Amino acid sequence: MEKIAEYIKKGRPDAWRTELRKSKKAKERTSIERVKMPEQDPAIRATNSLEVNLGLTEDMAVLEATRCLDCPEPTCTIGCPVGIDIPHFIKKIESHDFLGAAKVIKQTNALPAVCGRVCPQEKQCELQCFYNQKLKKPAVAIGNLERFAADYERNSGKMSIPEIAESNGIKVAVVGSGPAGLAAAGDLAKFGYDVTVFEALHEIGGVLKYGIPEFRLPNEIVDVEIENMRKMGVKFRTDFIVGKTASFEDLRAEGYQAFFVGSGAGLPRFMNIPGENYNGIFSSNEYLTRVNLMKASSEEYDTPVLKGKNVAVIGGGNTAMDSVRTAKRLGAERAMIVYRRSIQEMPARVEEVHHAQEEGVEFLNLHNPIEYFADENGRVNKMRVQKMELGEPDASGRRRPVPIEGSEFDIDVDLVIVAVGVSPNPIVPSSLKDLEMTGWGTIVVDKETMQSSIPDIFAGGDIVRGGATVILAMGDGRKAAAGINKYIQEKVKAN
Amino acid sequence: MNKILEKEFFSANVAKLIIEAPEIAKSRKAGHFVIIRLDEKGERIPLTIADSDPEKGTIMLVVQRVGVTTAKLLAMNEGDKILDVVGPLGKATHIEKVGTVLCAGGGVGAAPLLPIVKAFKEAGNRVISVIAGRTKELVILEDEMREYSDEVIVMTDDGSYGKKGLVTAGMEEVIQREKVNKAVVIGPAIMMKFGSLTTKKYNIPTDVSLNTIMVDGTGMCGACRISIGGKTKFVCVDGPEFDAFQVDWDQMLMRMGAYKKEEREAYERYLKTVESVK
Repeated sequence: MEKIAEYIKKGRPDAWRTELRKSKKAKERTSIERVKMPEQDPAIRATNSLEVNLGLTEDMAVLEATRCLDCPEPTCTIGCPVGIDIPHFIKKIESHDFLGAAKVIKQTNALPAVCGRVCPQEKQCELQCFYNQKLKKPAVAIGNLERFAADYERNSGKMSIPEIAESNGIKVAVVGSGPAGLAAAGDLAKFGYDVTVFEALHEIGGVLKYGIPEFRLPNEIVDVEIENMRKMGVKFRTDFIVGKTASFEDLRAEGYQAFFVGSGAGLPRFMNIPGENYNGIFSSNEYLTRVNLMKASSEEYDTPVLKGKNVAVIGGGNTAMDSVRTAKRLGAERAMIVYRRSIQEMPARVEEVHHAQEEGVEFLNLHNPIEYFADENGRVNKMRVQKMELGEPDASGRRRPVPIEGSEFDIDVDLVIVAVGVSPNPIVPSSLKDLEMTGWGTIVVDKETMQSSIPDIFAGGDIVRGGATVILAMGDGRKAAAGINKYIQEKVKAN
Repeated sequence: MNKILEKEFFSANVAKLIIEAPEIAKSRKAGHFVIIRLDEKGERIPLTIADSDPEKGTIMLVVQRVGVTTAKLLAMNEGDKILDVVGPLGKATHIEKVGTVLCAGGGVGAAPLLPIVKAFKEAGNRVISVIAGRTKELVILEDEMREYSDEVIVMTDDGSYGKKGLVTAGMEEVIQREKVNKAVVIGPAIMMKFGSLTTKKYNIPTDVSLNTIMVDGTGMCGACRISIGGKTKFVCVDGPEFDAFQVDWDQMLMRMGAYKKEEREAYERYLKTVESVK
């Protein structure tokens, strides 16, 4: 078992927590049922873009927080890539100190309202929860509580800013404003650096803005967290592509002492099957960007998006679920997931699959597209799929899908969204000749410090991992910030 | 925010804009483009950089009215500001000394062609430019082309200026007359298709610059993808310039029409709002 950090164990013997623990018997706590997150009705929400999850009320949050046993060895914390002091903030909620709870989270997590919504807690903290591991009961709803604390703080108008070291005036550049970049920027600002985040798009937030839909993560919530970072002194420059608008060399000449590259996996993959370039076939990135970032579904905005009656989304990840549920909300009569394995192997969060099913999405599992057909204008109108069966496990440990010969049939479609993964964006790597890369196009880094083969350049998130989650990217950003701090301090000492 | 410093109409639907963009002016090379967004509700559209002045910190764009965004842009005045201008994007033109380069520009295609003409000339090549338009007023940047070309041939469909005939006729004239080592053809997709069919007859290596639909312009969305030599490429990061003989022109023409209906409807809505303001 990995070590549970000292700062997490340190607060447990505090008088208020000891008293709180003793106020109720463990049996009393474990007999409480996990509080269900209130949701919009599926039939209504499938026609709007409002959030599906409505958030816990104060009473619900306190009740859920009461379930937490404040374990001496809080295994939940092992599951958190950014090292949140989970029992500490949950006990703050139980004692009705909601602002205090938010403060605890923000010590190590720059984007609590985001993580409380999109983290796969069931695979991380909640997976490691004592309830899940030992009691065989549903885990404490850590994610829902994190969201509650963050939302409470935001709505209170009393947003706290983490403690910031005295400014040292040293300039550090962060390339990309997605979760990795924002996490790095937050920590670097706390260390006292003069941080500027450079973003290629016209909005800050990366995948949080262009990728994740409003019904799962409203842009407004991302903006509030970004505003908070501005208050911490972080500067942002949009419409600026490092490696294009200015080179790393230009920025070094302007005094930047180190760089964090979190430029993401912005290069969609296609399947390279016949007909894939017909009109009406999108990458999930394009489809979601048009709708989420460019607001194409609103007539007031100039960007268009093609709409479909019969929409097929290829893939089984969270992006596929986001795409298919978006298509449903834009009026699709038939919205289908076409996935080559079975539902057990789906990489999407269980909650997302469940929500999609409730909203009337059809699942064609163990199906794979092999060709597309189009009308005389080149607009896709038919898709040929092949049935699959599961064979032996492959390198990912999941059973390999094997085509069933002669099982092909055609489905009418007028919109297809390909969500089969992304590759690292090539712009930054191609602007740095000496940067060591993997065969997959990701940047090679030291696992502890996130330092690349070029000493003043650090990297993390999807440009290193090739496609992962918001929270893993944020964990990388935090590690890199520590790595950059060490690198600069050593350089300062040497001079 | 990027201020429009100068605006000059070449014809009713085509204008030259000089825009403040100091960093882009410094780093851009021939072949690069920018993505612009006019305002909060605007779409992102790509425009090739026709020229720049690094000292003044400006770039030159040539804009033709084709839809809502370009119509709105042409309605903006000197002193107005464009909300977003990002770049330079795409790969720069591969410039080398090859001998004689034939540069053909159709309509506003002369604008992206201009920096390429300039760069090939500066690399020591003999540069012959053919610029064409349907009528006299649609032939643009003739003086600038003359400055950097050894010879300029002007073609108009109706014979109202220069020689009467299509751009391909002007290209044939040069190829028949002298050895051409390389050709660059830029203009509407259909013009590039026929321009490169002309050079293919003579086996002259030819580059074209593709102006596909884009959203982000940084490789993220794949809206600009096109089959090149049987492989799908992204125009924004793999291009915009490609070997003309590898381009699937029918697919290019088909993909350019993806939003034809939506674009027409949006333009009609726009015209109505403009009229109601008047």
